[in-house]
Amino acid sequence: MNAHTALAFAALAVLLALLSSAVSVFAVRTPRIVRTLALPLFGLAGLAALAAGLITLFQDGVSTATLPLGLPWLPSRVRLDALSGLFLGVIGVVSVAVGLYGPAYVRGFERGRDSLTALGGFAGLFLAGMLLVVLADDAFLFMVSWEVMSLSSYFLVAFQHENAANRRAAFLYLLMAHIGGLAILLGYGVLASFGGGFAFEAMRAAPLTSGWASVAFVLAFIGFGMKAGLVPLHAWLPEAHPVAPSHISALMSGVMLKVAVYGFIRFVFDLLGDVQWQWGVAVLVIGGASALIGVLAALLQTDLKRLLAYSSVENLGIIFIGLGLALVFLGTGHAPLGTLAFVAALYHVLNHALFKSLLFLGAGAILHSTHERDLEQMGGLLRRMPWTGLFFLLGCISISALPPFNGFVSEWLTFQAALQAWQLESGVLRSLIPIVSAVLALTGALVAATFVKVYGVAFLGQARSRHVRRARQVPFGMRAGQGWLAGLCLLFGVLPTAVIGVINDVPRQLLGAGLPQAAAHGWLWLTPVSPATASYSAPMVVMLLALLAAAALWSLRRGAVRRVRRCDPWDCGFAPPTPRMQYTATAFAQPIRQVFGLLFNIEESVGRREDGTLRYQLSIGDRTWGLFYAPVMRAVESASRRVVRLQSGNVRVYLGWTLATLVVLLWIIS
Amino acid sequence: MDHLLTAVAWGAALLQALLYAALAPLLVGWIRKLKSRLQNRRGAPVLQPYRDLRKLLLKEARVAHTASPLFRAAPYIVFVATWLAAATVPLVAVSLPTAAIADIIVLVGLLALARFFLALAGMDVGTAFGGMGASREMLVSALAEPAMLMAVFTLAMSAHSTNLASVIDYQLGAFALRPSFLFALGGLILVALAETGRIPVDNPATHLELTMIHEAMLLEYSGRHLALMEWAAQIKLLLYGALIANIFFPWGIARSFAPADLGIGLAAVMLKLFVLGAALALGETVLAKMRLFRAPAFLNLALLLALLGLLSQVILEVGT
Amino acid sequence: MSITELPLLQQIVLVLAAIVLFTSFVLLAQARLVAAIHAFAWQGALVAAVTTVVAATGQTPHLYFSALLTLALKALLIPWMLHRLTRRLAIDRHVESLRRPALVIMAAVALVIFSYWLVLPIVQQELAYTRNIVAISLAVVLIGLLMMVFRQQAVAQVLGFMSMENGLFLAAVSATAGMPLVVELGVAFDVLVAMVLFGVFFFQIRDSIDSLNVDRLNRLTETTEEDVAGEGG
Repeated sequence: MNAHTALAFAALAVLLALLSSAVSVFAVRTPRIVRTLALPLFGLAGLAALAAGLITLFQDGVSTATLPLGLPWLPSRVRLDALSGLFLGVIGVVSVAVGLYGPAYVRGFERGRDSLTALGGFAGLFLAGMLLVVLADDAFLFMVSWEVMSLSSYFLVAFQHENAANRRAAFLYLLMAHIGGLAILLGYGVLASFGGGFAFEAMRAAPLTSGWASVAFVLAFIGFGMKAGLVPLHAWLPEAHPVAPSHISALMSGVMLKVAVYGFIRFVFDLLGDVQWQWGVAVLVIGGASALIGVLAALLQTDLKRLLAYSSVENLGIIFIGLGLALVFLGTGHAPLGTLAFVAALYHVLNHALFKSLLFLGAGAILHSTHERDLEQMGGLLRRMPWTGLFFLLGCISISALPPFNGFVSEWLTFQAALQAWQLESGVLRSLIPIVSAVLALTGALVAATFVKVYGVAFLGQARSRHVRRARQVPFGMRAGQGWLAGLCLLFGVLPTAVIGVINDVPRQLLGAGLPQAAAHGWLWLTPVSPATASYSAPMVVMLLALLAAAALWSLRRGAVRRVRRCDPWDCGFAPPTPRMQYTATAFAQPIRQVFGLLFNIEESVGRREDGTLRYQLSIGDRTWGLFYAPVMRAVESASRRVVRLQSGNVRVYLGWTLATLVVLLWIIS
Repeated sequence: MDHLLTAVAWGAALLQALLYAALAPLLVGWIRKLKSRLQNRRGAPVLQPYRDLRKLLLKEARVAHTASPLFRAAPYIVFVATWLAAATVPLVAVSLPTAAIADIIVLVGLLALARFFLALAGMDVGTAFGGMGASREMLVSALAEPAMLMAVFTLAMSAHSTNLASVIDYQLGAFALRPSFLFALGGLILVALAETGRIPVDNPATHLELTMIHEAMLLEYSGRHLALMEWAAQIKLLLYGALIANIFFPWGIARSFAPADLGIGLAAVMLKLFVLGAALALGETVLAKMRLFRAPAFLNLALLLALLGLLSQVILEVGT
Repeated sequence: MSITELPLLQQIVLVLAAIVLFTSFVLLAQARLVAAIHAFAWQGALVAAVTTVVAATGQTPHLYFSALLTLALKALLIPWMLHRLTRRLAIDRHVESLRRPALVIMAAVALVIFSYWLVLPIVQQELAYTRNIVAISLAVVLIGLLMMVFRQQAVAQVLGFMSMENGLFLAAVSATAGMPLVVELGVAFDVLVAMVLFGVFFFQIRDSIDSLNVDRLNRLTETTEEDVAGEGG
């Protein structure tokens, strides 16, 4: 097995994805084929990608190949190094889960009006596009694959296009994806003009001045940040992710956002190389703002999928906080600390892919069983759907960054990286980084509040509507997909040293040094800096928790007191509690809404209807619409109005413009 | 790290963990006794909490019809997570392996895990009280967590470590009158009051459901489940007391496992907890419980103190 | 040198300076007027304590007298006068809260970091620890000015002005071991005279515009315009 095996697996993955797309064409006649053939092929493509990624990471090599595609003077090259391998692994893991989950889920669409050809076909293209983005070694192949990824996901978002809201969401998504793509293209343009070519090799060697490097950085940050959903360019995320079918939402939130992170890392850490610490401060601030605004917006939602979409904004903010710390440390000459922050960000990329996909698949399972997305209608689902409930609980614990699951490890690593700020020389940075960490701590606590709300309202308590009361367990395939991801969440939480050992090649290749001291004291101890500074032994924590729990259970559940008698809940001596007396999701979030409400446009009104009943109305608006998007839209509209005056309608005027342009161009060429 | 994995060290760690579980009701009993005296009552005996726990453990547990399996599992998870978190805080001796397994951030994470399941348990039965308690608890914890972490940062920026044993060693080694530690102490005290549910944030002795935060989440529990939850809350109070006592006033703590050192360590920590308990009782008698939406102002004060501690550390203490 | 290497008295000065910064934050955000006056009194007492400690370390015995003067004036006399004033103006129960307290506090924190950044170029080793206290004092001055910007009550504005003076005094005491006594006495009496004048003016303002909210002083422009228009025809 050598590096070429990995490339072969990657090629296999792309081919299987394209095959899955091609097979779906036949779904026009036999819709079943999507469920029986296309989605299993999809899963196999994921497996191949996962294999490619793992082989690359274990091999620590770099393999390249030239494809017979591309422009005449620029044949497309693919390159599989450790960074690509890691992201191939991420794509692969989630695609396997979708391959397991998809067939049972898609069955619900077979009798609907929406074309399954589109669903299967574009899903395959989506996967192929993402794989090629990660493998691309020149800007042309990168941008083409990026476009394929964006366009196919647009069609998937617009899958249920009968609904006007879905069409609007899809349009917004397409618009912003293209604006972002334009920014990325301009960034590559800057690099290409200095490097003398579009191949990444040429761009790496490009001698950029620091001013132009900053220009390229800003363009890349805007472009990739928009795709990753950073504030204030996040408006498309909470619109587009909820309306797509749930397994596609899982792919979009779990994988596509990570591909944007890949693009950013590749551009800034690899192609630009010499980073400046000021970039890190900008990334830190935007990441922190995204994290805080994302989680607060998530907490105020009652639509489950929209809540999960906002939570993705928050997690991407956390990833960029890690990347910002890495940039600051690298820019001020503290390479080992930069590596630590970088590893923390990569770990969070892995974790978010796992638990966000798990949560979206769970939301899809609920949608499949109850046709319900509104939290206010759910309740008591744990008893009706025990397996989904269990896996969703594990996902909620992971995303809330609680030990011993994986979310905690990446958050711990990020804090440890931030705590090394005392080594910086600048006092201002030494004050700024802890403040950003306090914001991170606040978001961590708010995430826990959000997912207590989600789980408590959806799965616990009593059902708030009739169709939820009659929910049924989802089929085995859907449970298997969720179980696969939940198991990995636990594994990544309990064996952090092993995971860091596997991904250690990525910083080694990109930044020159790995994180050897993390596993220096054996697989039990995670010591990112040194044992005296901080150490965490996840396996021991798990073992002790299990041991103590067993001891408590054994000593307390003995004898006559073992029985538990069922009774009615406490009702203050009044009527028995009905499902309507429970706390609703809106009620749960009310104290936090009151404290943090300034960040949003909240309108709350209580009134009386004609028949005397109370009417409560609550609307929560994103302030970025008014502060950022509305002025931009107004500026674009006024500029367009002025340009429209060119359209006089007269043919001779148009010919006149053509003549003038021709004359000017000839003069310039001469 | 090998010196930590000796049998003696683990034995000491186990003893310390058991000591936490054993001493927690005593601290609560002492605080209640003193509060009663300050309110001109005789009050229950200091050992009463032990009797209460024993009574609850022997009683039958009753569970509502609408409760799910999570309701029955939550008390065990809450108790075990809180107990493990407490076991990592040096009480009598400093260099224990449990302090190396988990640093301050893991401690905060374990307490967050306990709080997560406590809040879920509150929402499980499907009554309004549980949901109300859970909602309020998450608000208070959301505001307390940045203050707590900022205080931890202030300590870690000076001691260059988040390992509790290292921080205590640092304090013992290079003691100075630091403004940052003073502010961090103030912030941590306010956070501890909020997190353990004492006045002025929450009244642990209230019977009125609408004023409850912590009690509302426990409302449906009985028997051994309630015993575990109450015991966990007591251990949490002891945890914060030990944290404050041993980080900011570490003198007396045992630095080796010699029996004489351990004896002095035990006596020292009992004395410090005695004083802290008295201060808490006094504070609870003098202050009144705030209404819920005054709690953000209280916790903002904690955050401000912690932030000033950090700024003092950066500006005043680093020197060059 | 880090803090562990400083002698004890200098460590005490650092602690007291940090608490002075804390009191200026309290002054900024405190809604109740009487509590704000008490916070100002504590700030004065702390500055007097700093002066005493600096006198104990150095060879400047006249600082003892200066400390006594500060204590008498800033911690006792001026707060008493303000207290009496508020009672006579019947605003002692007045509660005036900031509209966006979180933003104002964040601005104050930013000012602290900014003050620190400003004094960083002072790199002389002997002055290192005093340079840091100068940063704190500058922050106190700027926060006092911030308080004058954001608080609308006239008495709160006076407190902001006085706390600026406290900050300057703290800088002088710690950085240069006090000003010459003549300058000090002059400044102290200036402050006292300013207080008396403020007292007189408050009554005048309240009589003419019936409120002590300084934003109402905006109305003075409208009245002059109306007068002119009326006279014009």
